[in-house]
Amino acid sequence: MEILDNLALGFSIALSPWTLMLAVLGCFIGTIVGALPGLGPSNGVAIMIPITFSMGLDAVSALVLLTSIYYGAMYGGRISSILLNIPGDEPALMTTLDGYPMAKNGRAGDALVISGVASFVGALLATIGLMLLAPLLSRVAYQFGPGEYFALYLLAFATLGGISSNNQAKAALASCIGLMIAMIGLDPNSGLPRLTGGNLHLYDGIDFLVAIVGLFAVSEIFFFIESHGKSSAAGVKIDKVRVPWRDIWSTRWTMLRSSFLGFFAGVLPGAGASLGSFMTYMMEKSIAGDKGGFGTGVPKGVAAPEAGNNAAAGGALVPMLTLGVPGSGTTAVLLAVLVTLNITPGPTLFTDRPDVVWGLIAALLIANFVLLIMNVPMVKVFVKVLQVPPAILLPGVTMISFVGIYSLTGSYFDLLLVVGFGVLGYLLRKLDIPTVPVILGILLGHQMEKQLRDAMVLSDGSAWGLIYTRPTQPEDISYIATGLLIAAVLGFFAPILLRRFITKPQRVSD
Amino acid sequence: MGRLSDRIFGLAMICVALVYIASAMQVQVSFLSDPVGSKAFPIGVASVAIICCVVMILRPDEEPDWPVMWTVVSIIISVFLLVGYSYALKPLGFLIPTAIVSGALSYQINPKPIRAVLTGLGLSIGLFVLFRYVLDLGLVPFGKGWF
Repeated sequence: MEILDNLALGFSIALSPWTLMLAVLGCFIGTIVGALPGLGPSNGVAIMIPITFSMGLDAVSALVLLTSIYYGAMYGGRISSILLNIPGDEPALMTTLDGYPMAKNGRAGDALVISGVASFVGALLATIGLMLLAPLLSRVAYQFGPGEYFALYLLAFATLGGISSNNQAKAALASCIGLMIAMIGLDPNSGLPRLTGGNLHLYDGIDFLVAIVGLFAVSEIFFFIESHGKSSAAGVKIDKVRVPWRDIWSTRWTMLRSSFLGFFAGVLPGAGASLGSFMTYMMEKSIAGDKGGFGTGVPKGVAAPEAGNNAAAGGALVPMLTLGVPGSGTTAVLLAVLVTLNITPGPTLFTDRPDVVWGLIAALLIANFVLLIMNVPMVKVFVKVLQVPPAILLPGVTMISFVGIYSLTGSYFDLLLVVGFGVLGYLLRKLDIPTVPVILGILLGHQMEKQLRDAMVLSDGSAWGLIYTRPTQPEDISYIATGLLIAAVLGFFAPILLRRFITKPQRVSD
Repeated sequence: MGRLSDRIFGLAMICVALVYIASAMQVQVSFLSDPVGSKAFPIGVASVAIICCVVMILRPDEEPDWPVMWTVVSIIISVFLLVGYSYALKPLGFLIPTAIVSGALSYQINPKPIRAVLTGLGLSIGLFVLFRYVLDLGLVPFGKGWF
């Protein structure tokens, strides 16, 4: 019963009044951020990271706050999907397909409650899955050497673009842009500057927080200027929120199935929550068949993607914590948090810092219950927040982002970089080039290069060192590294073939 | 020749990647180097980027909906505002630049002058109180030696 002992340790850390307060605060902020159109979990966590660090929170408190925001944003995404037909974040896209028709049929309240409960089921099961699977995976990860890690990073980059992007070349280009940015600064092996163009400000490299805030938060304001804030929620009203017990009971199997599928979609490196909600919706739609009425506003169509995407959010934490490879954009941002806190995710994390891991897991469990309470009886509060006009909200978000970065680094140069990344983010998103691989590249670039160089040192410069990773047994091939490399190649090319058969469903129009 | 956006971006990125490779070639190498060295990885990544760009140029996607001229102008104005803000924050303190920039951004999103002014003032003072007194961040309200 090792897990129970560990969990007891986690709760002993997470159940202090201070961390509980942070969890509640994080859930509240997260749900708002998730609900606001255009701001998703990545933005929410990105904006809050610099502020959290400037406040000088310790590792556990910072993690509790930021993961609560993460889970909260995953819950909140559904609110604007259902009420406005605008996904609050990318994974919530599938929720619009049945959520908005339900709202148009006058069942907005029911849809919000059903999706809230589905989110709870998905997230809770995924957190339990995380507790069971992560320690096992961390044992496998102990066998990883530099060759295996390099292959794993390659796999993450190859699959990250996969389903969520429409063009493999663009997804790969995004990864390259990130990796190229990561190389700027001092070379960790030789200590000599690289690619800085002689600019002293660049000797320390480009901080990924700067890139995250620019790409995710500041680029958003340009989109709002373009749309003149038309996607606002003024005038949306919901009357009475009752709990539709019958609908919840009738979707019980949908929620369970979707949670399992979503969790495994999340565990796959690079796949993440968008894939989770997409696959679960498609699965339930084909199970229900034509009679199921998917797309016309049925409870199952709301429950499936919400359970799926929240389960995937939990699942994505598994590779992030055990291998240091995030499974989605937001876990990439959370990885940035860990790195900034001087915590190196990976197999040793579970033995070196059990307080962090199990404190985090306990915090996730607590956050789930807090979120259920917030999102079912208090859902009206968030609907009110949605009505803040973007002309007030977006300048506020921008200023908070700037101040966060400024109080962390105190450098005007970093603020200029934030603006630069904001413009880059706007262009990339306009051209349908995903921005998450850029972040991942900046975040993992150094590690990826280091692992490659270490592998080559071990093999004396032979490229076979990527597969024959054990210098002591030169004739034994490493199955892990080979498997990962094959998976990377398949993961990169499979979507090109599959795209002909599976097309991403577009938003329903009125 | 339709679908210019992808092609132009691809071409621009090829130029960036070539400059990047050229400057990676110049990287000083220390005498104690590993088999890979400091140059190989950046050059490799930039080469992959060039391949991706070539694919983008040969097989571009549909043209995105670019905003109309006036919107482009307001986006450019906001970029300059934010650049100005980056330079102004230290010498002028938090309150005045924040009020001006957030008011102006608000006006760009929704051109209602009175609301924009109120947004600027409200955000500047509200955020200052929040950051300084609730979150305890070291922000300076005004420039040095004004009062």
